[in-house]
Amino acid sequence: MSAVVNATEAHTHDDHGHHEQTFITKYIFSTDHKMIAKQYLITGLLMGIIGIGMSILFRMQLAWPEQSFWIFEALLGKWAPGGVMTPEIYLALVTIHGTIMVFFVLTAGLSGTFSNLLIPLQIGARDMASGFLNMVSYWLFFISSLVMLSSLFVEAGPASAGWTIYPPLSALPQAIGGSGMGMTLWLSSMAIFIASSLMGSLNYIVTVINLRTVGMSMTRLPLTIWAFFVTAIIGVVSFPVLLSAALLLIMDRSFGTSFFLSDIFIQGEVLSHQGGSPVLFEHLFWFLGHPEVYIVILPAMGLVSEILATNSRKPIFGYRAMIASILAIAFLSTIVWGHHMFVSGMNPFLGSVFTFTTLLIAIPSAVKAFNWITTLWKGNIQFNPAMLFSIGFVSTFITGGLTGIILGDSTLDINVHDTYFVIAHFHLVMGISALYGLLAGVYHWFPKMFGRMMNKNLGFVHFWVTAIGSYGVFFPMHFIGMAGLPRRYYTNTAFPYFDDLQDVNVVITVFAIITSAVQLVFLYNFFSSIFFGKKATMNPWEATTLEWTAPVEHIHGNWYGDLPIVYRWPYDYSKTNEDGEYVITGQDFVPQNIPLQKGEEEMNH
Amino acid sequence: MTVFLIIIVIALFSVTVWQMSKIFDLSRGPNTDSSQVASQKDNKVNGYLMLMFLVFIYVISIYCFWHYSKFYLPEAASEHGSEVDTLMFITLALIMFVLVLTQGLLHWFAFKYRGEKGKKALFFADNDKLEFIWTIIPVIVLAGLIIYGLFTWSDIMNINDEDDPLVIEIYAYQFDWRARYSGEDNTLGKANVRFIQGVNQLGVDESDPYGNDDVIINELHLPVGRPVLFKFRSQDVLHSAFFPHFRAQMNVVPGMITQFGFTPTITSEEMRESEYMVEKVGRINDIRKDKSKELMAAGEVPLDSYEFEYYLLCNKICGQGHYNMQMKIVVESEEDYKAWIKEQQTFGATMAAVADVSSVDVSTNEDDALEEDLDEEGNTETELE
Repeated sequence: MSAVVNATEAHTHDDHGHHEQTFITKYIFSTDHKMIAKQYLITGLLMGIIGIGMSILFRMQLAWPEQSFWIFEALLGKWAPGGVMTPEIYLALVTIHGTIMVFFVLTAGLSGTFSNLLIPLQIGARDMASGFLNMVSYWLFFISSLVMLSSLFVEAGPASAGWTIYPPLSALPQAIGGSGMGMTLWLSSMAIFIASSLMGSLNYIVTVINLRTVGMSMTRLPLTIWAFFVTAIIGVVSFPVLLSAALLLIMDRSFGTSFFLSDIFIQGEVLSHQGGSPVLFEHLFWFLGHPEVYIVILPAMGLVSEILATNSRKPIFGYRAMIASILAIAFLSTIVWGHHMFVSGMNPFLGSVFTFTTLLIAIPSAVKAFNWITTLWKGNIQFNPAMLFSIGFVSTFITGGLTGIILGDSTLDINVHDTYFVIAHFHLVMGISALYGLLAGVYHWFPKMFGRMMNKNLGFVHFWVTAIGSYGVFFPMHFIGMAGLPRRYYTNTAFPYFDDLQDVNVVITVFAIITSAVQLVFLYNFFSSIFFGKKATMNPWEATTLEWTAPVEHIHGNWYGDLPIVYRWPYDYSKTNEDGEYVITGQDFVPQNIPLQKGEEEMNH
Repeated sequence: MTVFLIIIVIALFSVTVWQMSKIFDLSRGPNTDSSQVASQKDNKVNGYLMLMFLVFIYVISIYCFWHYSKFYLPEAASEHGSEVDTLMFITLALIMFVLVLTQGLLHWFAFKYRGEKGKKALFFADNDKLEFIWTIIPVIVLAGLIIYGLFTWSDIMNINDEDDPLVIEIYAYQFDWRARYSGEDNTLGKANVRFIQGVNQLGVDESDPYGNDDVIINELHLPVGRPVLFKFRSQDVLHSAFFPHFRAQMNVVPGMITQFGFTPTITSEEMRESEYMVEKVGRINDIRKDKSKELMAAGEVPLDSYEFEYYLLCNKICGQGHYNMQMKIVVESEEDYKAWIKEQQTFGATMAAVADVSSVDVSTNEDDALEEDLDEEGNTETELE
């Protein structure tokens, strides 16, 4: 199959470079996967700046409640009269922060960037299966970002019912101002986003199945590709369910149906809605919402596996177990959504079932963590910035993941549900970890994206401050959660009981400000290196995968001449012959396109 | 305290900055290459930093447990609560054990096997035995936790009618709570938001005789030692009834009735006198005294001193007043409870009184009092809007 594809591809690409490209076809409406990856990355980073900026604003309100800051007045305008943040905009900031970070930064910015960049390059393909669909996917994502941002400027405020937009709060403008035009824009934006995500995912799946180069069997795929492939499958399975929930909610809001609404008396009158159930919405939402966190974390896991192996100069430990655990996590992720709903009023028996499936998911996760740790063991670790972020990923994934054992247990969830304990848990395990994955990926593949190197020293500074800061933010947060402090409270000092937690909130906010400030170092490094970074060599990290056999300069079709042929798995680092010498003398890695050497045994990994 | 914490933060930050400058210095030597790939020195510096970071993780864990564990809720005030706490502590101990172990290995390996020129990494691709071990250990441990958790869960959620629980409805609206006691028949009258009119703010069906002896009130009194079954009903949006001290929580969903049952075991008085609460309230009052000083300096009224009461919080985002939606809970002896409930007006009596006022226009002292009551009710309604 792939051989046939190669023959035709090779033919069509004989003339690459000859056709003229205008600025518009090269940089804007590009169908080249490498350019689309960069578009995703930069859009994702810009959304990330906005999302993290919002979190700083509401963290300041939490640390110094109802105090006046000029920055509030400058940024929030009428929502901060006299520089004091109002409860409405607090909830709006929390909502849009969650939405932007989960969907726009960690789904599109992470998976969109690296799936696009790495799938064709690592499987040895000229481009995605459909370059046009790929382009449409990015532009839909861009439009949905614009729609989401435009909702910030709506008269009655942006959506403010929490990123989970549970009805009736999200359905009734009478209940909260943001549920008017703001929520309409939120829903439209998400509908467009889902269309974009589906086009992307289908493209990734087709490309991985059909366009692998000669010799690239499924068990010779780098773990990155496995992760992107499985992520795309989960996306295709679960995103349409969110779309259906959004459509039903639009019907309830605008056309008088009662899917989620029943028996409501608000502002002095009874609404005509009868017979719907908000719990139905919760089921539909979390059927996407839970797989979504794995859509976020699996690509990061893939990137980290690859970077850990490369920089440890060792094969990833337990390659097949890693694939098996990706598949197990993907399967289990679709049957655990109910653990968000233990106290939602659903049948307690379902709670038992979901506890069981949820704690099962800890097993493949534990296997992954142990395999990563073992990958470091007896390595020759090269501390490039990407490696630091990958080790940081493993650390926060473990710390955040372990508290999942508490939240996944229906009995324990009763008292920590919707408290700061939950915030601490998911920010560590999917927020910070996935961001580390994203940053690791950027540092590692920057030479491939822009043909230049990022400054390593700035990278070290960026990592160490971020690593300390993010523990400083989220570790103490567990404790205020266990004190029973509910999330999404505009202030914790409206009544005296939580007054003694205020110090902790100040500490958290100070750490948050420091940590976000140091991201500016990263942004400076990123943008200045695009233009002034040191020119990259073809394979700066001495890695084995195919993207490092492609020329530094970007060309249509990725490789001059024929596509590379694959002879081995992607992790032949420090492989030795029986005499203890490296397979290729003087070189501790063997790229995938190098045939087996004389006397070399093929790994039966 | 705050000052101390801020000093620690600043100290850590300056250590980081110092380390950063060291890294810069190290990399600025005359012989360094500018390849932007980690050099021998980078590996060494970052290897040691990994070790220091491990120490940081351990220190911050110890610090948090040392200083912040006092924030953990007091002894559970309900029968099932102590089981929840036991399970919580077992799980926490386990988590901390695994955390210390895995973070230790991760960062120690990162330090120990930091790159050096000429070092040969071990080609170690897999080992079935090892992988089997670390699959089977989580399986066994988690199986134990799952079984323990599930037994506790079904104990909590299975409400036994034979215990003759006291039935109370908790009614939520933006942004307050009401409690409706089921009265002597221990059966709640039917209710629906469509019956809401005038003083009948909870929409109780007047034609249902079970509703006549119901008592509607905005403060929750519970007799100690008697099982209580809460039925939750919402008027507008989702709310969540969170009783942190009783380790109880249930969402309040418009259009359906949810329920949760527990048996309170510690009275408000006992809780107030417990060592934990005396200490906590002391801390809070110190903070309030400081705030009062500032207020008085600004010519405002100082804060009252705080006294502990159990409370019910809203724990599901429900609108702009979400952060201050709470109701006082009093746990008291059976006798006190009975005396208290006797004083409260029943739903039937309230409705009859309203009917009297509207049909008979005679101004007696009693009627005046009633009208005042009505005014109050009217006020709450405008607040609602």
